[in-house]
Amino acid sequence: MKPRILQVRTQILKKNDELARAMREAFVAAGVYVVNLVSSPGTGKTRLLQTTLRRLRSRGYDVAAIVGDLETDNDARRLAESGAPVRQIQTHGCCHLEADMVRDHLAGWDWEALDFLFVENIGNLVCPASWDLGESLRIALLSVTEGEDKPLKYPGLFNTADAAILTKLDLAEPCEFDRVAARANIDSVRPGMPVLETSAKTGEGVEEWIEFLCGRRDQFVRSLKKSAPSC
Amino acid sequence: MHELSIAQHLVEIATEAARDAGARRVTRVGIRVGELSCVHREALEFCFDIVTKGTLLEGAELTIEEIPVEVYCPSCDRVSRLESIQRFRCARCGQATADIRRGRELELDSLEVDGGEESVGVTPDSLDDRPVQLPAESS
Ligand SMILES: [Zn+2]
Repeated sequence: MKPRILQVRTQILKKNDELARAMREAFVAAGVYVVNLVSSPGTGKTRLLQTTLRRLRSRGYDVAAIVGDLETDNDARRLAESGAPVRQIQTHGCCHLEADMVRDHLAGWDWEALDFLFVENIGNLVCPASWDLGESLRIALLSVTEGEDKPLKYPGLFNTADAAILTKLDLAEPCEFDRVAARANIDSVRPGMPVLETSAKTGEGVEEWIEFLCGRRDQFVRSLKKSAPSC
Repeated sequence: MHELSIAQHLVEIATEAARDAGARRVTRVGIRVGELSCVHREALEFCFDIVTKGTLLEGAELTIEEIPVEVYCPSCDRVSRLESIQRFRCARCGQATADIRRGRELELDSLEVDGGEESVGVTPDSLDDRPVQLPAESS
């Protein structure tokens, strides 16, 4: 018998994409600005997020974080020190977060009242790229200890980001980190992407990062008002 | 290894599509994978074999069509194929561009199946589909 061919033409991650789209609509409707942070392990993501939560709170924003972790709850505990509500997703070895994991961890939370929701993805520069979590902003972090050529090795991930941060700036000199080359490499795989530089340790660049976030959120809120139906 | 999750999602939608078409068995699964989709070919093939066990797709061949990255250059008003995914530049004039037109695909394209539509008439399939009256049994 001749085999039958079925033309399907469907996104393989259709379920995740559809859920993420619905979540994004719900976040947008509630005015919650969702930021997905992706990086390799050990880029100082948790430390920068801790500082970020604290500074945004002191500016009067309602903030919360969901943190993905393979096994432990260390990161979640460290983040909770900022005073912000923090929830943890234990993925038990799964190397990325998926939209349904985020949705499930929002249950019973007053997330609609938030100004910012941060999602700290699993430390991995490959897997998180394909999974939309319903975020409005995706940030790729690169620590100066990783070397300048990381963006060239992981173009797929850098390519899905909206902005990049060079972290652990205080170690740039001892690591002989070439900032100019790093920026050029990021620009090579994602032309025009904004690049920020921070050191959560010395505080250098952190205020600029906070300004960047608040600016992006202002734009987001303005676009909501514009698109709202006038009565 | 996210290829495991991707394989699971793939099996789920392929099974659905095959069932909807009344297929008994899937013999080939054709997918399209963009160069930027961050999928490792061998890892996906490996996971596919594991995840399909005990499903309609068991033993099916996985064929992967790789899609190169193409970007649009506003200066040339032209789409060109990227020479390297480490350099997002127009192949013609060299201008940097982030306007990606192809290369992010992660799609189930087609299935080759046995059974279903073609076998209209009295075949074991259509007999199977006839409602069976069972005395007082609820499912
Ligand atoms: Zn050009």
